[in-house]
Amino acid sequence: MTNHQRFSASSRLLHWVMAVLVLAMLFIGVGMVTSVSQRYHLLLAIHRPLGIAILILVVIRVINRLIYKPPPLPASLPPIQRLAATASHLLLYALMFAMPLIGWGMLSAGGYPIILFGPWALPPILPQNPALYAVLRESHTVLAYLLFLTFLAHLGAALFHGLIRRDGVLESMASVSTKS
Amino acid sequence: MPDYLRDPADRRPPLSPAAIVARLGGIGVVLLCSTAAFAYTGGWFSPGRLTPQRMIAGFEATNGPHPGFRRNHAKGVCATGWFESDGKAVSLSKAMLFASGRVPVVARIAFAGGMPFIPDEPATVRSLALRFLPQNGEEWRTGMINIPVFPFLNAQEFYDQMIASLPDKMSGKPDPAKMEAFVAAHPAFLPAIGIIKTRAVSSGFANTTYNSINTFRFINAAGDVTQVKWSAVPVQPFVAASDAPPVVGKNGLFDALIAEVAKKPVQWRLMVTVGQPTDTTNPTLLWPSDRQQIDAGTVSLDHLASEDGGPCINVNYDPTVLPSGIEPSDDPLLSTRSATYSRSFTLRENERSEKPPSAVTPQEVAAGGKS
Repeated sequence: MTNHQRFSASSRLLHWVMAVLVLAMLFIGVGMVTSVSQRYHLLLAIHRPLGIAILILVVIRVINRLIYKPPPLPASLPPIQRLAATASHLLLYALMFAMPLIGWGMLSAGGYPIILFGPWALPPILPQNPALYAVLRESHTVLAYLLFLTFLAHLGAALFHGLIRRDGVLESMASVSTKS
Repeated sequence: MPDYLRDPADRRPPLSPAAIVARLGGIGVVLLCSTAAFAYTGGWFSPGRLTPQRMIAGFEATNGPHPGFRRNHAKGVCATGWFESDGKAVSLSKAMLFASGRVPVVARIAFAGGMPFIPDEPATVRSLALRFLPQNGEEWRTGMINIPVFPFLNAQEFYDQMIASLPDKMSGKPDPAKMEAFVAAHPAFLPAIGIIKTRAVSSGFANTTYNSINTFRFINAAGDVTQVKWSAVPVQPFVAASDAPPVVGKNGLFDALIAEVAKKPVQWRLMVTVGQPTDTTNPTLLWPSDRQQIDAGTVSLDHLASEDGGPCINVNYDPTVLPSGIEPSDDPLLSTRSATYSRSFTLRENERSEKPPSAVTPQEVAAGGKS
């Protein structure tokens, strides 16, 4: 096995915390919109604050990434795989950033109060507008499916690096030890 | 072995083609299981699951397609006014709107059912929806109807009854056998209909009592929780529909309301019924009649508007939009209403460009209710 550099401890922590939260969010979302039982209210009450938590974390994560450069991809990686890695990571960042903002914007355009917990609420970020609401609401669904597909690609690629190509890419993110 | 399959820097013995296939298969299984779990959560393997989409399909099958309109409570008008409280409900709920003072209100007055052009009839269930806008931004939205209980325990019963009532394709009429089967399978239905039938039917929108139907929880500043229901009890004197002159015109009840509001504001007292912890949250049952009632304040509506261009058209009166100090109870219908209204809201906001004018037009309101 090759001895590649690993991601910084903060990068790994952010990655795995967000992995759990984003995946939970996708399942909460798809379960929520296809339910009329009491689950709906419970899931919706989790969905809003969790979405804002992800938005805050993704901002922290972008700053963290500017401070701690990710380890380079293996030099032997063919250009097409390199391109796929870069593009899919950009897409993941874009979607993690866009989904909470669209959710926030869509509630604003729909004239809803944006309640997080009890009296804690957020101000609207867009004017109330039916057409805008409709577009954002549909985008929220379409982009959620795209995010799930991108997650599948990401998971598949990580396992491919770890089990087939065995190039240390998976280990650069998936190691627990704090020693570098 | 090509670089895309193997890192030349990897010094371990290369994987055999069989091992590569097996490992790729393993990755495939992981991805497939993830997708299956996601699809399962989204109900793709549960065709019988009741979703907001199916509830809406039930309304559309019952009422026909009416793009741009609410799928339920389709025929209505907007109204604005205020809520004035002298603080009597503060002991029960810490919500700011219950403190002494005035809070702006955006209301919608409507007929239940998904027919936007149904002729006005006093016997049709009527609704009053209120949106309270206190200064601290903690909105309260409530939708009430003028029957004392709801005939369905949950979403499934509501849906099953809609489907059982659909006209038969051959005869064009509902099949009585299907309704009989529904009644037999849902023992809560007939007793609730019995309670509903005992109500005195009033002559108009302004002189009827509207009830929350569902149970909620009030939380006061000390954290005490009280089960409550509420009703909007008219200040306008009750007149039985049977004692009133016959309704004139397709919008006769709305026209009478427009004329009434033009003279003076219509008002309701918001009466909060204080439940005991043992009182049921089952919406098909009444609470004992000796429960304490608190006058939380008075709703006054002094201005009516057509839905078209009116202040309520873009409002989803979701009963779970609540300020802190009010919470939903465990009545499952609250989630059903929230989820289904949300779907209806998305559909109608998307269909706005196709929406025909509402039954009560801005011209009709401006003419003082002469259709």
